Amino acid sequence: MSEAPTIDNQEAEQVHAVAIRFAGDSGDGMQLAGARFTDASAIFGNDLSTLANFPAEIRAPAGTLPGVSSFQVHIADRDILTPGDQPDVLVAMNPAALKANIADLAPAGIIIVNTDAFDERNLTRAGYATSPIEDGSLDAYRVLKVPMEDLTKRALEGSGVKGRDALRSKNFFAVGLMTWMFQRPLEPTLEWIASKFAKEPDIKAANELAFRAGFNLGETTEMFRHTYRVEPARLPAGTYTNVTGNQALAWGIMAAGQAARLPVFYASYPITPASDILHELARHRNFGVRTFQAEDEIAAAGAALGASFAGHLGVTGTSGPGLALKSETISLALMTELPLLIIDVQRGGPSTGLPTKTEQADLLMAMYGRHGESPLPIVAISTPADAFEAVIEAARIAIKYMTPVILLSDGYIGTSTEPWRLPDLAALPDISVPFAIAPNGPEATFLPYLRDAKTQARPWAVPGTPGLEHRLGGLEKDGTGNVSYAPDNHERMTLLREGKVKGIAADIPDVLVDADEGAEVLVLGWGSSYGAILAGVRRVRAAGKKVARIHLRHLNPFPANLGAVLAGYRRILVPELNRGQLVRMVRSEFLVDAISYPKVQGQPFKAAEIEAKLLEII
Amino acid sequence: MTTEARYTRADFQTDQEVRWCPGCGDYTILASVQNFMADLGVDREKIVFVSGIGCAARFPYYMNTYGLHAIHGRAPAIASGLAVARPELSVWVVSGDGDSMSIGGNHLIHALRRNINLKILVFNNQIYGLTKGQYSPTSEMGKRTKSSPAGSIDFPFNPVSLALGAEATFVARTIDMDRTHTTEILKQAYQHRGSAFVEIYQNCNVFNDKAFAALTGKDERDQNRINLVHGEKVLFGPDRERGVIIDGGTARIVDVADAGIDAIHTHDATAPSAGPAYALSRLSHGPFGPTPVGVFRAVDRPVYEETLQQQIHDAQAKRGPGDLAELIASAGTWTVPDHDERELPAHS
Repeated sequence: MSEAPTIDNQEAEQVHAVAIRFAGDSGDGMQLAGARFTDASAIFGNDLSTLANFPAEIRAPAGTLPGVSSFQVHIADRDILTPGDQPDVLVAMNPAALKANIADLAPAGIIIVNTDAFDERNLTRAGYATSPIEDGSLDAYRVLKVPMEDLTKRALEGSGVKGRDALRSKNFFAVGLMTWMFQRPLEPTLEWIASKFAKEPDIKAANELAFRAGFNLGETTEMFRHTYRVEPARLPAGTYTNVTGNQALAWGIMAAGQAARLPVFYASYPITPASDILHELARHRNFGVRTFQAEDEIAAAGAALGASFAGHLGVTGTSGPGLALKSETISLALMTELPLLIIDVQRGGPSTGLPTKTEQADLLMAMYGRHGESPLPIVAISTPADAFEAVIEAARIAIKYMTPVILLSDGYIGTSTEPWRLPDLAALPDISVPFAIAPNGPEATFLPYLRDAKTQARPWAVPGTPGLEHRLGGLEKDGTGNVSYAPDNHERMTLLREGKVKGIAADIPDVLVDADEGAEVLVLGWGSSYGAILAGVRRVRAAGKKVARIHLRHLNPFPANLGAVLAGYRRILVPELNRGQLVRMVRSEFLVDAISYPKVQGQPFKAAEIEAKLLEII
Repeated sequence: MTTEARYTRADFQTDQEVRWCPGCGDYTILASVQNFMADLGVDREKIVFVSGIGCAARFPYYMNTYGLHAIHGRAPAIASGLAVARPELSVWVVSGDGDSMSIGGNHLIHALRRNINLKILVFNNQIYGLTKGQYSPTSEMGKRTKSSPAGSIDFPFNPVSLALGAEATFVARTIDMDRTHTTEILKQAYQHRGSAFVEIYQNCNVFNDKAFAALTGKDERDQNRINLVHGEKVLFGPDRERGVIIDGGTARIVDVADAGIDAIHTHDATAPSAGPAYALSRLSHGPFGPTPVGVFRAVDRPVYEETLQQQIHDAQAKRGPGDLAELIASAGTWTVPDHDERELPAHS
């Protein structure tokens, strides 16, 4: 919030932006609470950005620091780009949640604590010798103490839901209280509860009672007289919805199928944080979407490739460890020159690493992580809503150039939300490519590797087409498709495959530079750091400095003008959530002395970090 | 099967030079399959052969149908995607003992349990041929090869037992040299709805010659070959003087004269329980003595891709064909009205 609130003010105070973090035990329903508050804010019309942070364990030991789950939402009356560097408000459902999050809270921020959870046992589990809400250690903050469990239980008296079951509704109590504090509409949450629990009337009633009790407590208690208003944002006119990256990606896959006039076949093996794409697509059988939960990552890639051979839009989604397993099949797709869309929702690695945290450290694996000379196109998603268009672009390239394409997302994009102006589906590009239906060789033969002069793509002839029976395979072949081990032929074919991918540079837009006149420093980003970089750049500009910015959609091949653009700047900063991967690629490709700004903490960049780094080098 | 002579074997041959070693059992199997396909009369363009890696995996190059020579062990996975996407196709997987039971073991068992309409032919020669003679997952214990100079210490798989354990709905065994029997098994596999697992004993005359001599040798075959015929007593021997009884879940070989003909097991490939078929598969753990061939099991179970199609059909009947715009808007929307395009202050 812009200024420190004062308690005397009984009017709703208008603030431009506020970041609220809901934190509790992983069994406390904090992701749900955050999502409800977010949806109400979205429907109210704020711009927003969210960040989910949850443990890899389904239920880590209750009350402990590793078990803390949190959801941060940044709401504003204007265009915002990040979930907020620091929360202004922390809702702490237990001592561990307070301890795990207090360091992030803005100076003089507000803490709303569930005092019922601050008993001896929970304090000990969280490692507090004395209660922080009693010992004065939080004096620098404004602490609002609420016995949420007791109040929830009392609100549910007579509802038929009691005891431990009643306590499960306390997240809705918290949402209700925040709904009051930030003057959100009640209807979106009530409607959601009514529809979600339509078949469980007891739970529906309990959650409604708890939600209203939280709201009413705010309305009737002196402590909460001070409320805040964040007016709707002046976003570009249109109809919006709030969307996670994984959801937008799933819908984008369906849209890509329509734009390509191909049935969608999505094969996947459950893996965090990509599983939600499978879940979403599996719901839509009526669209003709085929989902296939394979026995492993390898089979998922294989089944998707088999579907591509059959003439479907074959897609497989995974995260880093799964991409490693799929590499063998990706190479086969590359060699047989079949379209295959591979989605990597990156997470912290190596190995199991940080399964629920974000990272951008699979770029070089996407680029080079296969055997043999195996170049393929790489497309990156920048924001949750951007996933929709990015996946259509990836599918376009895969089909047009008959090649596997890797689409890079990450855990932050996948699980975060932002408002998304509904796309005009009638304006989707036509990315369809006709199947081969007639012989293309002498004497009515079919030559599966006879290339299109412009794209270098081979024809896509699907089983069931009479007269085009042919054999594909992983062995090197000559131009006719026959197996060949001839030395010159292998080199020729290797160069052909390489040239086909390089040639895509002529079919993608030049990179756009967001530059101040006379700027000498350029910040080059890709993927989910889009918001933090742009926010950082805006702050640097607000401080009167000049800076230029590029955000890459295509990572292989690079846009045709990238080298020339980079050559025009004295210093190039490359912030990445890895140890410097894109920076290696641009250094080797363009021989520029780019500066790496790496971060590997499992968390996105903060705008302040980008701002500080830029101010340091400008 | 159609009777019109629409195709001949030549229609299924390609212009590729067949590159197996002279004398390899694969030639015989290829001839059997090509003849079978010609007789079957299914549109050539609707047939797809998918293979992994190994000697057997060259098969698609020699079949004038659609084909994909893929990755070691992965053929069942790739073929699964193909068959699920396009249920009208006739999809065949050609594999070997290493391809299907070692590197591809996982894909094999899952394709079988799902009952996807794949016809999986495993050319079992009990040796790695393409890599020149290492022991395979079906090689017998003690086998001396380049990678087991002191004798293999790996206990082998019994492929039929494995397939039955993997919930396969169709399990059969045949022998490369017996083309009539092979053709009959192929026919039954084709007619089966769902996954069909066919083990074909295949002689590798270079690295494991005469591995199946007990079943193919002139002097031994009559003693050892147990033909399983649905609905018939399991009898074998030159004068059908020996038979199989199943007692307490275990199959045993007896002299018919001792046990009496009534005690001899009557083979029922359609039995709801896989128990009797499994018991029969345990009569030999390799083709070294009396060994059953034929269809062990052929039962009905829903076919994966048919059920999936049904789900799509039902969902469309209930909810319509799906409107993406409606779906995207379904999570709740709000509208921002037109307003003056005021320059907003920078903020994050």
